[in-house]
Amino acid sequence: MLDISNLHVSIDNKPILRGIDLTVKAGEVHAVMGPNGSGKSTLALVLAGRDNYAVTAGEVRYLGHDLLTLSPEERAREGVFLAFQYPVEIPGVANIYLLKAALNAQRLHRGEAELDAVDFLALVRDKLKFMGMDEALLYRPVNQGFSGGEKKRNEILQMAVMEPRLAILDETDSGLDIDALKVVADGIENMRSPQRALILVTHYQRLLNYIVPDRVHVLSQGRIALSGGPELALELEHRGYGWVDAGKDSRTGVMP
Amino acid sequence: MGNFNLEEFIGQDYQQGFFTTLDSDTVPSGLNEDVVRLISAKKNEPEFMREWRLKAYRHWLTLSEPRWSTVQYPPIDYQNICYYSAPRSSKDGPKSLDEVDPELLRTYEKLGVPLKERELLAGVAVDAVFDSVSVATTFKKKLAGLGIIFCSFSEAVQEHTELVRQYLGSVVPYTDNYFATLNSAVFSDGSFCYIPPGVRCPMELSTYFRINAKNTGQFERTLIIADKGSYVSYLEGCTAPMRDENQLHAAVVELIALEDAQIKYATVQNWYPGDKHGKGGIYNFVTKRGDCRGANSKISWTQVETGSAITWKYPSVILQGDNAVGEFRSVALTNHYQQADTGTKMLHLGRNTRSTIISKGISAGHGHNAYRGLVKVAKSAAGARNYTQCDSLLLGDKCAAHTFPYIVVKNPTARVEHEATTSRIGEDQLFYCQSRGIAAEDAVTMIVNGFCKEVFKELPMEFAVEAQKLLGVSLEGSIG
Ligand SMILES: Nc1ncnc2c1ncn2[C@@H]1O[C@H](COP(=O)(O)OP(=O)(O)OP(=O)(O)O)[C@@H](O)[C@H]1O
Ligand SMILES: [Mg+2]
Repeated sequence: MLDISNLHVSIDNKPILRGIDLTVKAGEVHAVMGPNGSGKSTLALVLAGRDNYAVTAGEVRYLGHDLLTLSPEERAREGVFLAFQYPVEIPGVANIYLLKAALNAQRLHRGEAELDAVDFLALVRDKLKFMGMDEALLYRPVNQGFSGGEKKRNEILQMAVMEPRLAILDETDSGLDIDALKVVADGIENMRSPQRALILVTHYQRLLNYIVPDRVHVLSQGRIALSGGPELALELEHRGYGWVDAGKDSRTGVMP
Repeated sequence: MGNFNLEEFIGQDYQQGFFTTLDSDTVPSGLNEDVVRLISAKKNEPEFMREWRLKAYRHWLTLSEPRWSTVQYPPIDYQNICYYSAPRSSKDGPKSLDEVDPELLRTYEKLGVPLKERELLAGVAVDAVFDSVSVATTFKKKLAGLGIIFCSFSEAVQEHTELVRQYLGSVVPYTDNYFATLNSAVFSDGSFCYIPPGVRCPMELSTYFRINAKNTGQFERTLIIADKGSYVSYLEGCTAPMRDENQLHAAVVELIALEDAQIKYATVQNWYPGDKHGKGGIYNFVTKRGDCRGANSKISWTQVETGSAITWKYPSVILQGDNAVGEFRSVALTNHYQQADTGTKMLHLGRNTRSTIISKGISAGHGHNAYRGLVKVAKSAAGARNYTQCDSLLLGDKCAAHTFPYIVVKNPTARVEHEATTSRIGEDQLFYCQSRGIAAEDAVTMIVNGFCKEVFKELPMEFAVEAQKLLGVSLEGSIG
């Protein structure tokens, strides 16, 4: 589904990603870990189409197409979804309005009829319940005044409504209390399907207890320094990142 | 990468500005007493009206143009303006929609303006067989049944002379300010409305105005009187861009609310804003003022200003009656080289008078947007309250927003609150919406509309929808 090869990305001529290779197949869940500042969010944002990053080399293929030539909205309509590490506030725009506009933009793109308010509300209510969210959040301005946890749940709600083919979740588990983590993890696990690929950016093993990934990658200084199976996350939990050397990627490709 | 460029988006060309040379029945340009007399004579006005115009003209000669606002423009040559133009005949303007700028038509289509009205707005010479004639007649009959008078100003001068004599200039005297004084001397026409005691006007006075707005252009004068316990909601303007060759506009609007009466006045102003280099465009110098003359009366101004090269406009309320309420809600958008200096004055005289001011300024391109507001609480206004909120939104980094709040409080029991914010439309917000599949243009419109929500929700439903569309189109830069 997703093929990243030799991806180099800089910002203001400063290299951030320095040769990423990553292949994610439909049905797989990949965890991306790594120290602060290693480039995890940069990778996520470049995949979603953020334009202040310059791709200096490499290529990204999504469902066989060149992903990097598409605008962010085209990517979204083609099924790419990013749950933001820092969800953005939009004053005066009701949460439900954004959700509906988003879903309908996607449906139009697929040649389907737009959903009217009644059908849409029925659909959202269902997902809302699953996410344990108060309906009032639908009518509040997008993310404005939401607590940290509410913002993260709201991202998952959006994902559930959009039903993407490729979802990249950037630290959706950060800042959640224990119960909320369970709800969010269930929300994500519920999205797992043979047609869908998930990339989870996380710092914590906790999330991966709920959602056992197929592969775990460690990003360090803009490179994938290590890849492994789910046990790699456990090892990192115990040993930290100190032993991972970005220069030597001796363990890359070792299968579990 | 196929990415959206905010700068480029807001920098697109205006394409609808078109000017044709008209030969209409006009008096030679220039202003003197004879011209004032001539205007009055052409309109067959009674003597008091003529004298009032003349007094205004003589007073105007003693004034000089105000220079205190932030707006900048080359000197206006008042002797080079034509002060009387007969209603345009059918040989003026384009002969059919085929001759009209396709960009303008595209805009009408986007705004959902009905076909018939498109012709009218574009200045197509439609021979009076316009639906509006019959619409207006049925409309007027229904209103007349309730004792409501709603007609052109000229007609009111003829048919309701006493009401005009009693109220004209009672809120905005002919001595008020340079532009209001000029208007008093030479005003062409406008609307007149009287709601008798206890009557609730059953419809928004809008459609009628919209389709009759054709020739009232340059020096318009409106007078609305809500008698005791009555209610009226009045909608001025049109969301579609209006074709107009006059550069200077100096309108006056006077509202009078007697005891327990309420007037809601909503405006959407979308005159030609000039091109993207700041060439051309309407200079709009308007004096709008309401007088809450009776106790428990209420006047609300709601305005959406997206057009004109220069907007100079401060719809105000004089809160005379005890417990009177004044409201001002405004959205002003400036793009390219547009300049807006707008705001309000709330003058608290009566006891327990309350006022609310919500101003939303949006600047894009090289646009300049200033909020100028005065809240004055007189000694007599015990218990007066005001709440002011001024928010500015900047798109891009070449535009500017200013706020000039003036507060004068002479009564210690008064409470005055002021809040102001300035924010920049974020690339983050845009990207967030785009990453949800929403096109960049739609995202900008969505974000800007969100910013304006508090004002839009005060507009009548239909108008609010139009105003939202208008903002979208204005930002896109394809119209004013
Ligand atoms: N817009 C920007 N301008 C300058 N530097 C940037 C920008 N965005 C990212 N960087 C830099 O790129 C590097 C990688 O940042 P990124 O946000 O991708 O890290 P991360 O792995 O997601 O970290 P964290 O775990 O803290 O979220 C950091 O050094 C960061 O400062
Ligand atoms: Mg990050």
